[in-house]
Amino acid sequence: MKPTNIDNPEYFHKVIDCQYACPAHTPVPEYIRMISQGKYDEAFKINWISNVFPGVLGRICDRPCEPACRRSRVEENPVAICRLKRVAADFKSPGADFLPEVPAEKNGKRIALIGGGPASLTVARDLLPLGYTVDLYDNQKKAGGFIRTQVPSFRLPEKVLNEEVDRILDMGVNTHLNCQVDSLKKIVDLGYDAIFVGTGAPRGRDLPDLPGRSEGGDAIHIGIDWLAAVLYRHVIRSGPKVLVLGGGNTSMDCCRTAKRLDAEEVTVVVRSPKADMKASPWEIEDAEEEGIPIIDNHAPLEFVIDSGKLVGMHFQKMTAETDGSGNRRLVPTTEPPVFMPCDQVLLAVGQVNAFPFIEPELGIKMTERGLPELDPTTHQSSIPNIFFGGDAAFGPKNVITAVAHGHQAAISIDLFCRGQDLHDRPAPSTNLVSQKMGLQDLLYDSRVATDHRYAVPTVDRAKSLKNRLLEVELGFSKKTGHQEASRCLNCDVQTIFDFSTCIECDSCVDICPESCITFTDNGDEEDLRTRLLAPSDNKQQALYISPALPTGRVMVKDENVCLHCGLCAERCPTSSWEMMKFTYNCPTAGEK
Amino acid sequence: MSTDRPSFRHPQAARNTAGFTRKDYEGAISTLCAGCGHDSATNAIIQACFELAIEPHRVAKMSGIGCSSKTPAYFLGRSHGFNSVHGRMPSVATGANMANRDLLYIGISGDGDTASIGMGQFAHALRRNLNLNYICMNNGCYGLTKGQDSATADRGSAGKKGVPNPYSAIDLCELAIELGASYVARGFSGDKQQLVPLIKGAFAHSGLAFIDIISPCVTFNNTATSTKSYEYVREHIEATNTFDFIPLQQEILAHYPEGTSQEVVMHDGSIIHLHKTDAGRDVTNRRKAVDSLEEEKAKGRLLTGLLYVNQNIMETHDIINSTLRPLNSLTEADLCPGNTALQKINAGLR
Repeated sequence: MKPTNIDNPEYFHKVIDCQYACPAHTPVPEYIRMISQGKYDEAFKINWISNVFPGVLGRICDRPCEPACRRSRVEENPVAICRLKRVAADFKSPGADFLPEVPAEKNGKRIALIGGGPASLTVARDLLPLGYTVDLYDNQKKAGGFIRTQVPSFRLPEKVLNEEVDRILDMGVNTHLNCQVDSLKKIVDLGYDAIFVGTGAPRGRDLPDLPGRSEGGDAIHIGIDWLAAVLYRHVIRSGPKVLVLGGGNTSMDCCRTAKRLDAEEVTVVVRSPKADMKASPWEIEDAEEEGIPIIDNHAPLEFVIDSGKLVGMHFQKMTAETDGSGNRRLVPTTEPPVFMPCDQVLLAVGQVNAFPFIEPELGIKMTERGLPELDPTTHQSSIPNIFFGGDAAFGPKNVITAVAHGHQAAISIDLFCRGQDLHDRPAPSTNLVSQKMGLQDLLYDSRVATDHRYAVPTVDRAKSLKNRLLEVELGFSKKTGHQEASRCLNCDVQTIFDFSTCIECDSCVDICPESCITFTDNGDEEDLRTRLLAPSDNKQQALYISPALPTGRVMVKDENVCLHCGLCAERCPTSSWEMMKFTYNCPTAGEK
Repeated sequence: MSTDRPSFRHPQAARNTAGFTRKDYEGAISTLCAGCGHDSATNAIIQACFELAIEPHRVAKMSGIGCSSKTPAYFLGRSHGFNSVHGRMPSVATGANMANRDLLYIGISGDGDTASIGMGQFAHALRRNLNLNYICMNNGCYGLTKGQDSATADRGSAGKKGVPNPYSAIDLCELAIELGASYVARGFSGDKQQLVPLIKGAFAHSGLAFIDIISPCVTFNNTATSTKSYEYVREHIEATNTFDFIPLQQEILAHYPEGTSQEVVMHDGSIIHLHKTDAGRDVTNRRKAVDSLEEEKAKGRLLTGLLYVNQNIMETHDIINSTLRPLNSLTEADLCPGNTALQKINAGLR
């Protein structure tokens, strides 16, 4: 193998598993370190710059960082990254001196944002400090989009959402709320320099062809519309016996909300096996802990109507089969249909994009899936000054992806308005700083804590089930937050190897608790992985290879389970190993 | 400075046939200087014990005084140990060995502990062919007292102080062959590929197995003018032969073309396969073994590898015909012949 090029910023970025997995590439270990030092303001600021909604995401993020966390390869559970984000938001001081300055004098460019969700708000946040005039259009009375209408208050209190949304609006967004954009052409005709469409995937999927659907009438609801109706208090009670269809997070929100609206019995019914459910494991867990059974492998057959009233549903039992080419599919069993009584059904079987306001004559090219044709990097549509982001761009994803889209779209809009090449994008800013302090100390806490993941305390269940506005999770205390933060392995502190001073004494090999380091003859990757001291079968994780040493061997470090404990550097007599903190910050609009 | 190692180990860390992982053979974190050769030697011992699936509680570690003699704290934390007086490791090892011949004895010593203050003890342990694995971590200097030349420092070699050593060096391997050791080897802490099999061979051997490990002192004796620096040793190293150590339990899979290898069957049934590089080198012949050492020395080379092995010399217990059982298992019935026997003896003396 060729020696690793550590000058490539993506090499060490990839070693920071959490940051790499995050769509917005939030510098996770750095803010966790700030939390462990009690610097909540700094931790919050790092988050706010990167992911815009720390208080919201600290509660409802899909957390792609956590499955990626190196800690989960070393012990059972990853660091509770998401909940630590909330710690930063909970304990920061009330001041907002981290906000960038918004120039009083505008640059003369006007931007329209359609939809007031996280993607649009991110674009606003990024463009306002550059002097852009930003107009935001949303059909609700308050901005926030689906994180306002879909996410129940017991998971995300309105106060938290308002604080984070208003922080951006107060930077100087011209809001046009309660304003349904029914014609994009009208907006285009207003002569904006650029238009950003962040209207999400607003339509809940229905089961229109299922027998009994029309007769079922108002006992059958589309999940996301029902959740919005609950928020606006159009719905204040639920039926006594509720079936929730679907296995995603919306389904979990529906069933838990119904439980809080006095439903006596709530049951979730899923077509596929439980292991294939789309909902996040912790959402499933929370629903089950509230006493909501989840019945898997049951496909809906019909709504059963008796004298004009919904009385239950029939389901076909399914089983998952693997065909010859390894594809799994669901097939009905021969068992007779199963009847489940109910008087209300909530459909949470998926969301679809819809752009009824986009007139065909505008000439925005759409794909077969009904999504706009976009440049995946720039988010530019076939009309050069119209950009898409969030769920409206590539279909339903999650909040943190919408934020990442917002950042990219803002960069594109800025480049576009300045007449520059949209593909000549600003590079990430990186830095590598030695952590050596004196002879034998390190600037970071290199001790590896053995603590297991701490559970977040919750309110009394009986109380929370009576009040849909009462947040279930209480969040970590400062003390528990500190303890959980100390579980972080500091993956941003990199092990840098200087082959030119190595005397091949083996000290690093001998001390490494995870046997990451091997000195051996070079070979191709497949061959090398078989010859390392410890099994090396996680090919997602890179091998760090040095140029040839005086004995002709090379140093090979498998990054997979490195604890970043710094012992290799501590035991190296020639400082050929050095611990250096690698900072990787994504570019934002206006940078070059 | 770290006072302990993280407790995590590789999630797929292998287990040996006794069910132990390598961690079960580790000790406390080393307090020696960063880069000390002794730490590598220590890890070679850990590796050998792990690979041979030795049960940690069946091992006793003995040592004297010195940097090397501190190392028993850094390996086999679950074994028996005795850190004795300077140069007196062989006495303590002899006593323990006499009391219980069933344990595996690892004696750790250094060049000062062996070639100076403990020379008399060393000589007699060799002469009696005590069943002991005598490992000497040899760095040519007194690291614990600021790096003075030791008795194994080569003439003309200069450490950090810069003054060349005026005296001639003691070659511990030649001495060991001369004085009756039945297994003599030399390794280099920077080459575990060779060192681990040497240690495994020693463990399988019955009788005194002496391993001289050239183990550089990074702090005082790793200079360009020293003959015991990492760089000098790497440049001047010469191996007698390469060999495979095949433990008793393991099926022999390798095939050796006739005449290319020499087979030595150890007491426990393990086999050492020596790959012949030079027909003139016969490690079972004492005179040739000493000749080889002298020849390479004349060429300015340092001979390493298995230097001499003789399976026919009896170990101490066999020489003195002592009991096969550990003394702590002997009961009064075993030890006291009884009144009838006493009467008989008395009658014979009348």
